[in-house]
Amino acid sequence: MDEREPRRRRVGTRLTAPVLELEDAALSFGRRELWSGLSLRVEPGEFVAVLGANGSGKTSLVRAILGLQRLSTGTLRVAGQPPRRGAKDIGYVPQQRRFDQQTPLRARDLVGQGLDGHRWGLGRHAGRSARIAAALESVGAGEFADMPIGLLSGGEQQRVRIAQALVADPRLLLCDEPLLSLDLRSQRTITTLVDRRRREKDTAVVFVTHEINPVLPYVDRVLYLAGGKFRTGTVDDVLTSGTLSDLYGVPIEVLQVNGRIVVAGIPEADESNHHEDDVAVGAKHG
Amino acid sequence: MAEPGIWERVFNFTDYGQLLALVHNSLIAGAVLGIVGGLISTFVMMRDMPFAVHSISELSFAGASGALLLGANVVLGSLTGSILAALVIGLLGSRARDRNSIIGVLMPFGLGLGVLFLALYKGRSGNKFGLLTGQIVAVDTPQLSWLLATSTVVVLALAVIWRPLAFASTDPELAAGRGVPVAALSSVFMVLLGLTVAMSVQIVGALLVLSVVCTPAAAAMRVTASPRLVTLLSVLFATGSVVGGILLALGSSIPISPYVTTISFLIYVVCRIAGARRHRRGWAPVRSRGRSLATAAR
Repeated sequence: MDEREPRRRRVGTRLTAPVLELEDAALSFGRRELWSGLSLRVEPGEFVAVLGANGSGKTSLVRAILGLQRLSTGTLRVAGQPPRRGAKDIGYVPQQRRFDQQTPLRARDLVGQGLDGHRWGLGRHAGRSARIAAALESVGAGEFADMPIGLLSGGEQQRVRIAQALVADPRLLLCDEPLLSLDLRSQRTITTLVDRRRREKDTAVVFVTHEINPVLPYVDRVLYLAGGKFRTGTVDDVLTSGTLSDLYGVPIEVLQVNGRIVVAGIPEADESNHHEDDVAVGAKHG
Repeated sequence: MAEPGIWERVFNFTDYGQLLALVHNSLIAGAVLGIVGGLISTFVMMRDMPFAVHSISELSFAGASGALLLGANVVLGSLTGSILAALVIGLLGSRARDRNSIIGVLMPFGLGLGVLFLALYKGRSGNKFGLLTGQIVAVDTPQLSWLLATSTVVVLALAVIWRPLAFASTDPELAAGRGVPVAALSSVFMVLLGLTVAMSVQIVGALLVLSVVCTPAAAAMRVTASPRLVTLLSVLFATGSVVGGILLALGSSIPISPYVTTISFLIYVVCRIAGARRHRRGWAPVRSRGRSLATAAR
């Protein structure tokens, strides 16, 4: 906690505008409202975790930030601009999906797509390969730059994904469940890399996850979505029995065990993810 | 020559020089088709669409045989059929599962229509057979100009959309996030694919289009993952198969397609074996990977 304070003050004195700003935002599909009245400011260098069960609107929030989904009401700004498709300010890490073995791309080509994959024509910028190499080095993936992406392990593929998201120097790193189906060691690698980036380059991080524990050491604030409602604040404010019970409308128990947070009692329909994860984690920790 | 043996019927190089002069047009057509087929086939493989190609070629066959029956322009008929099929598959089958069922429905319908039209057709039977299995001597000058014009359109269009299309083909979700118009590109690609298939039908025949529009990239992807090298090899393989096929078929009484498909297949087999060797010998620098993981976590 202590080491984060100086960084925030430094940001404050520069009077930087928020990287992501939501004001009274709402999103609904037909009559089903995912969330409403959502206001959130994410400052440069800030690490915000977006938590919530399946179907609580986490992925829709990601799509709204990317400009792929219009808000029902309210405003959303990325680096002061309304969201639009293909904004350069956002580095996006989509939900973890394994590449097919035969995918005709090497790790360096995947990173290259993050730089200019959206551009028409065949022209290439000078210094392209140097930037790609630097991005791969920064996630410790330099050694498998020429490997076919489909032959890398899940953790390695995800590291290349991070390099791909960062190669264009975005101001916001948007990660949608980047830790799914990764082992604990790879999870730690990914979270460490993300944390290092925002410290070194002041990149803001919005990290969507259904499991808080892997990012617990790094998170500044939490946005918790559930049942059409939400709470924002520090981990200690939001992940409490009182707050979660209020969000879900049923009694929920939040326990701290060995520096980990265990949530018990989330209603059936929403529980699958949490439950599964707690079991998996429990098994690994013995 | 009375009753030549089977070997002479398959390979016959008598009067080869004179024959070569006759198929001048066909050789140019074959080379051009090889280039376009090789380029398109990289995307056919990336987008997992070989089955769609087969369906489009059969609708193209239906269109061509319909035109033959009506006495209309065969090329135009084959173009109409393949572009219609490509658009239907593109519009209705954005999800892989939908796509496969639509293709499964479309394919026999196209083939059935083609059979009906050919059965009603009273003209030369060589024309009929050519649509299914290909013909070489039949490439006349207007047909060649048509082929060259279409190829130019396809190659230029591919050059413009190459990068976003490759992005959308390998990683649609992220490409959409970066502002690539994934759905629109998919439709454009289907039209280009339709054009290419219609061209291939003219040369190698409807039944064997896949040997030009799928096999070359499938072979290339076995030996390399570098996108540039895949494209280059794919073009080389496709051109080699078509031109090589024409050269071998020249003196024989057999349609061109078995030669093209056999060369194409042999290239694939060689690439597959080479790829398996490379895979075993360690494409993966396994030892260094553990170390870099530790570096990254630090």
